[in-house]
Amino acid sequence: MIKIEHMSKNYGPYPAVIDVSFEVLKGEIVGFLGPNGAGKTTTMRVVTGFTPPTEGEVTVGGYDVVSHSLDVRRHIGYLPETVPLYLDMTVTDYLTYMGEIRGMNGSWVQERLPKVIDMVKLGEYRNTLVGRLSKGYRQRTGIAQAILHEPDVLVMDEPTIGIDPIQVVETRELISNLGEEHTMLLSSHILPEVSAICKRVLVINDGRIVADDKPDDLSEKLQHAERIEISVRGAEAPEFINSMREISSVIDARSDLRASVVQKSEREGFSPFIVDAKPNVQATEQIAKSIINNGWGLTNLTPLPMTLEEIFLELTTEENLDE
Amino acid sequence: MRFISVIAIKEIRTYFASPMAYVVSAAFLAITGFFFVASVSDAFAEASIRGYLAGAIFFMIFMSPALTMRLIAEEQKLGTLELLLTSPLREFEIVFGKFIAAFAMTLIMIILSLYFVLVLFVYGDPDIGPLLSGLLGLTMYAGATLAVGLFASSLSSNQIVGLVVGSGILTALTIIDFVSARLSGIASEVLNAFQLGASFSVFDLDSFGVAEGGHFADFARGIISVTDIAYYISITAVFLLLTVLVLEARRWR
Repeated sequence: MIKIEHMSKNYGPYPAVIDVSFEVLKGEIVGFLGPNGAGKTTTMRVVTGFTPPTEGEVTVGGYDVVSHSLDVRRHIGYLPETVPLYLDMTVTDYLTYMGEIRGMNGSWVQERLPKVIDMVKLGEYRNTLVGRLSKGYRQRTGIAQAILHEPDVLVMDEPTIGIDPIQVVETRELISNLGEEHTMLLSSHILPEVSAICKRVLVINDGRIVADDKPDDLSEKLQHAERIEISVRGAEAPEFINSMREISSVIDARSDLRASVVQKSEREGFSPFIVDAKPNVQATEQIAKSIINNGWGLTNLTPLPMTLEEIFLELTTEENLDE
Repeated sequence: MRFISVIAIKEIRTYFASPMAYVVSAAFLAITGFFFVASVSDAFAEASIRGYLAGAIFFMIFMSPALTMRLIAEEQKLGTLELLLTSPLREFEIVFGKFIAAFAMTLIMIILSLYFVLVLFVYGDPDIGPLLSGLLGLTMYAGATLAVGLFASSLSSNQIVGLVVGSGILTALTIIDFVSARLSGIASEVLNAFQLGASFSVFDLDSFGVAEGGHFADFARGIISVTDIAYYISITAVFLLLTVLVLEARRWR
């Protein structure tokens, strides 16, 4: 349904998205994950025809977003990051207007509107001014306008940002249900959200796609490293790191610089380290042996399970850590 | 066409849902009423709407941008412009729809003020020619000033910027004869050709003037000239086109 080939987008001299290619098939729910400023919103704006790409080709439902922009826009429901609402209209008036500018005729709106209001559970607020709604209900109104005209493709930019936790859960459920009948591209910077809703995750950072996988596979793939927290007494950092790197199953070793750990270690007089090792080999054993052979005091050795959040951090901050 | 009317109807409803329409109408009626009364209340005054017209076109320098300042700036501020531009709408449909809404509001105000004409017919014997040409001119003048105001509104997400820029452009076109009077030859003539029509001599209680070299002078006198009509239509068209271009350019940023 959505096909992006070698798409780049610059804002003046600044590249926002660099050579991105991916495809979203009919019926797929794809999560678009990345930190703020990674290029998620820009990519979505290109897909929705709001802004043209600087380079590359983007088609939605077979229509090019530049040359057949109107056709693309007819097939898309879009929820931008800041939910665009007319605060001085009632929910019903707002949705009716949105339907009309999407090309729906009067009877279609009449027929469709109650269903959509029901779907997003806005029934009791249908005659309330949009400006009086709480943030969660505004979000639902925004979702309602995106699905009103029965679009083939739904594009949602950070649909749960800034709403309270209970409403977040409800909104996620709503989106999951919508995914049953729509092709969907959904952006988020919250991992559990994406893994809860989406069957496929694209991770974007600094304008480039850095991973494209199922949420489960993504974590499995990143299990290429087993992370081990180690504290030793009597070892200098460079010396320790070098000795660790000599071990064949160790991928990398570095000082643990997390503030809480550093404070504790200064108080108790040991040095904290983080070691990444290959999984499924007896790395902990070899590490422990090496530490003891060097005559250091081993005070802690804990293998850490990697959460999705860490995978995400790993994916998007790896380069910065190396610098 | 359907989209244009959808947008126009929405905007007209928004005008009536906010105090804006009522405040501006009240101010328009009060100010034009003042000029009308002042111009016909002398014992031997001419039974004409000259004072009303002069007052109306002067006031429109500020009223038109005030009516249009919200139209596009607000969409940018609320982010709804992103929705409009990702709907299957063309930019000109958005711009036309909004222009028509503002124009309709202005027409309603002009129609409300027509009781002045009724008063003239009851108490005097007005010349019908200048009356009709004056109203025609006023309508065209309103269109031109609204187009300038709409353009100003498209420039930023701040309504006040829209108001100031819009009134600024219209004021510049109004006082352009101050500049042209100090020039000579072609330059002076070219500048004069852009004279919008209103004049500060409207505050002169003996004449209630419009700009003598401006495009409204003939309308006020009862003459309908092609040049004047072409001028107002051109200003309207050019500024609506510029507004469309500003919206299109937004895409390419």
